[in-house]
Amino acid sequence: MLSDKDRIFTNLYGFKDRTLEGARARGDWNGTADLIAKGAEWIINEVKESGLRGRGGAGFSTGLKWSFMPKNTGRPHYLVINADESEPGTCKDREILRNEPHKLIEGCLIGGFAMQANASYIYVRGEFYHEAMALEKAVEEAYAAGLLGKNAAGSGWDFDIYVHRGAGAYICGEETALLESLEGRKGQPRNKPPFPAQAGLYSCPTTVNNVESVAVVPTILRRGAPWFAGFGRPKNSGTKIFSISGHVNNPCNVEESMSITLRELIEKHAGGVRGGWDNLLGVIPGGSSTPVIPADQCNDLIMDFDALREKGSGLGTAAVIVMDKSTDIIEAIERLSHFYKHESCGQCTPCREGTGWMWRVMRRMVKGNARVEEIDMLFEVTKQVEGHTICALGDAAAWPIQGLIRHFRPEIEARIAKYTRNAGAIAAE
Amino acid sequence: MPKLTIDGIEIEVEAGTSVLQACEALGIEVPRFCYHERLSVAGNCRMCLVDMERAPKPVASCCMPVGEGMVIRTDTERVRKARNGVMEFLLINHPLDCPICDQGGECDLQDQAVAYGKNTSRYDENKRAVKNKEFGPLIKTVMTRCIHCTRCIRFAEEIAGVPVLGATYRGENMEVGTYVEKTLDSELSGNLVDICPVGALTSKPYAFHARPWELRKFESIDAMDAVGSNIRVDVRGGQVMRVLPRLNEAVNEEWISDKTRHAVDGLMKRRLDKPYVRGADGKLKAASWDEAFAAIAKRVAGLDGSKIGAIAGNQADAESMLLLKELMQSLGVASIDCRQDGAKLDATTRAGYLFNTTIAGIEQADAVLLIGTNPRKEAAIINARLRKRWTMGGFPVGVIGPQIDLTYDHSYLGAGPQSLEALLKGEGEFAAKLKAAQRPMIIVGMGALTRADGAQVLAAARQLAEQVGAVAEGWNGFNVLHTAAARVGGLDLGLVPAAGGRDVAGILDGADKGEVEVVYLLGADEIDASRLGKAFVIYQGHHGDVGAHHADVILPGAAYTEKEGTYVNTEGRVQRGRKAAFAPGDAREDWAILRALSAHLAKTLPYDDLASVRRRLVEVNPAFAHVDDVAPSAWGAFGAAGAMDAAPFVTAIDNFYQTCAISRASATMAECTEAFVKGRQEEGKTGTHG
Amino acid sequence: MSGAAPSAVSQPANFEFTPDNMEKAKKIIAKYPAGKQASALLPLLDLAQRQNDNWLPRAAMDHVAQILEMPPIRVYEVATFYTMYNKEPVGKHLVQLCRTTPCWLRGSDGIQKACENKLGIHAGETTADGLFTLMEVECLGACANAPMVQINDDFYEDLTPESMEAILDALARGEKPKTGSQTGRQTSSPAGGRTSLTDAGEA
Repeated sequence: MLSDKDRIFTNLYGFKDRTLEGARARGDWNGTADLIAKGAEWIINEVKESGLRGRGGAGFSTGLKWSFMPKNTGRPHYLVINADESEPGTCKDREILRNEPHKLIEGCLIGGFAMQANASYIYVRGEFYHEAMALEKAVEEAYAAGLLGKNAAGSGWDFDIYVHRGAGAYICGEETALLESLEGRKGQPRNKPPFPAQAGLYSCPTTVNNVESVAVVPTILRRGAPWFAGFGRPKNSGTKIFSISGHVNNPCNVEESMSITLRELIEKHAGGVRGGWDNLLGVIPGGSSTPVIPADQCNDLIMDFDALREKGSGLGTAAVIVMDKSTDIIEAIERLSHFYKHESCGQCTPCREGTGWMWRVMRRMVKGNARVEEIDMLFEVTKQVEGHTICALGDAAAWPIQGLIRHFRPEIEARIAKYTRNAGAIAAE
Repeated sequence: MPKLTIDGIEIEVEAGTSVLQACEALGIEVPRFCYHERLSVAGNCRMCLVDMERAPKPVASCCMPVGEGMVIRTDTERVRKARNGVMEFLLINHPLDCPICDQGGECDLQDQAVAYGKNTSRYDENKRAVKNKEFGPLIKTVMTRCIHCTRCIRFAEEIAGVPVLGATYRGENMEVGTYVEKTLDSELSGNLVDICPVGALTSKPYAFHARPWELRKFESIDAMDAVGSNIRVDVRGGQVMRVLPRLNEAVNEEWISDKTRHAVDGLMKRRLDKPYVRGADGKLKAASWDEAFAAIAKRVAGLDGSKIGAIAGNQADAESMLLLKELMQSLGVASIDCRQDGAKLDATTRAGYLFNTTIAGIEQADAVLLIGTNPRKEAAIINARLRKRWTMGGFPVGVIGPQIDLTYDHSYLGAGPQSLEALLKGEGEFAAKLKAAQRPMIIVGMGALTRADGAQVLAAARQLAEQVGAVAEGWNGFNVLHTAAARVGGLDLGLVPAAGGRDVAGILDGADKGEVEVVYLLGADEIDASRLGKAFVIYQGHHGDVGAHHADVILPGAAYTEKEGTYVNTEGRVQRGRKAAFAPGDAREDWAILRALSAHLAKTLPYDDLASVRRRLVEVNPAFAHVDDVAPSAWGAFGAAGAMDAAPFVTAIDNFYQTCAISRASATMAECTEAFVKGRQEEGKTGTHG
Repeated sequence: MSGAAPSAVSQPANFEFTPDNMEKAKKIIAKYPAGKQASALLPLLDLAQRQNDNWLPRAAMDHVAQILEMPPIRVYEVATFYTMYNKEPVGKHLVQLCRTTPCWLRGSDGIQKACENKLGIHAGETTADGLFTLMEVECLGACANAPMVQINDDFYEDLTPESMEAILDALARGEKPKTGSQTGRQTSSPAGGRTSLTDAGEA
């Protein structure tokens, strides 16, 4: 278990002072100018060496992503922060925004400098009104203290941060949809190429990073890449905020070491599975889009990118949704299908049409009002959506159903059999 | 130039080409719905997915730029499955009401479903139903059929320049429409029907009228304006059922105006289908051709040529104008004119009355000045090309004349000749822009040329063109924008008064005063007929419009869809219209009527067939040898020196929808007038908008 | 949610920002580079909605379109795309009930019943007194504090049917109930007591 001295987000729960003063007392903004003085190359290299992988779900190396930004283009560069936290199960960035905003702001300055960006837009999901206000307040504090604006934090680099609120659309968590939204349009993902590093916000070189990815950077730089890389298994390094929800005794957010086992995570921090570990039915390990893992594979389950991929699932946002044996697993997934149908932007065919189809079949499956052959058909439909859309929402809508069918097919069949029997009995009366 | 391999074939294409375009270059068919080569790329239908080496999933070929060494496969199992899947998704919420859909038989979805679809549906859920939208008199909507390709949205915004269409709501509830009750106020709206790949947007006037396989198709030329849009005339049982655009990059690309497309119902109304002679009782009576010709011969016999005038109308074909001119010459008539509107253009210097830059040439220009013209109403297709150039950027537009909405930004320089004079003096910002431009254009419209001082305005425009370097080696930026399909042909054939002859105003004046006793109107309906006075009026034409009402003898002719006719567009492009249908009843092709009349007047013209007439056209003006092409025209002096009147320029066309006998007879055009023109006037009065 | 014709709702003929809000709008527009004023669309629509009893009439969309020099249809697209813009009037308290799996696992069905019983309305409806509108929404991002609802700008978390009813009662009485967790825990720290960050004080 991670010890408190190695936790980055020491005010994750907001027990302590959330203001600049409090943040400084916890080490934020300590020697920022010195870090910047070491140069962009050093910063990007440290981030690479730390093994930090994007905390927004895709798990791409943050340092590598930063290195893709072109240099000296003569155009404005932007660092855009994805605070559109909307993946069901995920509620970690919310705590950073309201309790640790200065970690994010300092990370923006350092990352912005490293990518030659003089401005950063932080896109906060619209429903996080108070979180956006808290962040705004922190940004104002930073300006007042000379940490932002001209010669930010005495670094010699000019840097502005603007907080931008969304208005209710999960899809804006997709980086190019976020950029579209930020430009005042519907959040419809862009076709790639061009990638944001070439043509992002206002067609200028842009990097979009998750809140947590950027907020950990100042601490990594201060404590050194090897320190961060020392947690977790190789290529899965660092500390990570896990969101634990569902059927646990004490749902919570907690910062832990990567590669912790699921069982340790749940039992140490979330008070264990409701009714005991043996009462576990399965877990959605990384937010709604990652396929469910049944209990029999959960005993030694390691919570990191590669281990979960090997299980046919993923770490995603490290949002663990725990389900005990009382769960109607079909409805649990059906509700996710409804979520994806509701959040599909409608732009491209497979997702627009497929999410509705999948949900409607799922809704019948909940009742059992289906034919057994339709399970295979549903699986095929998920495969027709997966990999054929502009963005990953199509995949995200397909995977939970695939996980369900892969691991809980007998439950679906039993439900169908029961419904058919009852229908037959009614018909016979 | 990147080299890539597609299905094992190597190809080198220009950088920036999409994979889809590269496939097309190899003749490899890639299915698509949202992609349209003239619109921005959306990449949303996902039908064009192909496999790309090293890509984990199929890529949309329409929005994937080619890269060096790229390996593409369009024929893999994965690609086939992907496309089948997309097709199935498109069909689950499509009503499959093909039997009652006007798109049936020419539907992209139907065609591609044959290639990629299943013959049964696995979709057991309820299908989506979408409320239809009201887009005005031309476009019928059945929005349940919409596949959300967004072509119409992009067309409206990008090509037509009227961004009123959008996709509201999201996911499966996404709906294409205007959101608020709003008709689609664009002269190009009919093209939406063509670009819609399904039956969501179909032609309202044509609804349920015919099936594509019942139609005979004729490639022809439009005569509704001076653009010379290339059209396809679809005919069933001798009736023109519809007009569609025909691709011609040099002229109309693949668009036509709503008038070109939708005025054709006027071809079936108010037609002159037999000759008429006005009797002693003052009433027109049906007559035989011989009787009609005899009545003319009787009136003309012994009459001095100075007492006769002839006016050629706006849709006259070159062949009939040639015969009219030669017949009049044989009668010693000097008063002949093809300029109904009184445009002060002379026939001596061809470059002085042409759109010299050419329509395609607009795309090379880097500034334009519009003088007394509203191309949006006068030549909607040319306006679309100007807009296309404008959207590329670096194209300042200046306007002298009435305040207009061109669908693109412009600097308004003033209402009349003073502003032109200011430019000549180099005053103002725009003068500097014109001067700085490498390939500036000046477009002079009929609003500036039909005035008494039209020749002076023309000279001033010419002077400005020379001054700003608009006329140089390899570039001629001086342009006259005509409104009449017949006009350039008429000028090319010299249908202007000979020495001592009268022009249109003079003929009417003479008729009014009794000095002109016989007036020959070849389809001329846009004149002040009340001034024909007691003159004996011969009207040769196809519609019972202004001219026919004042006629003493009516010779029923053929409309542009009913004859083999040559038209020269505003660029000077010689194009041939085709006979797609027979003129009704006893009506005949116009050159043949004039040929027959000449015999009755004992002035037999030496033409026994169309070919001999056309040979003569080339003799009269070699420009007629360049069919489908623009013959280069030498620069020269034209216009007339002198002071210009300070009065502001006016618009040549107030109501885009009704400009000729056919469009005035069209119920569809009347509806459009009601919806768009009168509505707009009302808006102007009350000051509301919405 | 889907395509209700905008005309189905009684639309005010005019909308204009108050002078105060116009000032705010200008400040918002200034956050974005010159010529990129369209970026201010989402915030401006939010501002308009806040000025107009939490719903966005057509006239407001048109007003914003005019300020930002955009074709109105582009504004309509955005206004109908994002769920937070209410295209028709809503009650004084807009109760948005999260129905997504993490909340459902922890009893959002019961919360829904509590709301329906207390208010006498179903999702999508407004109480006759205009005080409450109930809406079912998707994940609001407070999953470790499930089940939860959002009422106007405020999150109410760790709900039970009883605490839900108490909140609604309080609002009906014109009180301002405590927001956040209803069980008294601090944000998303584990309810049973902290398992991390225990060493540091409260400073």
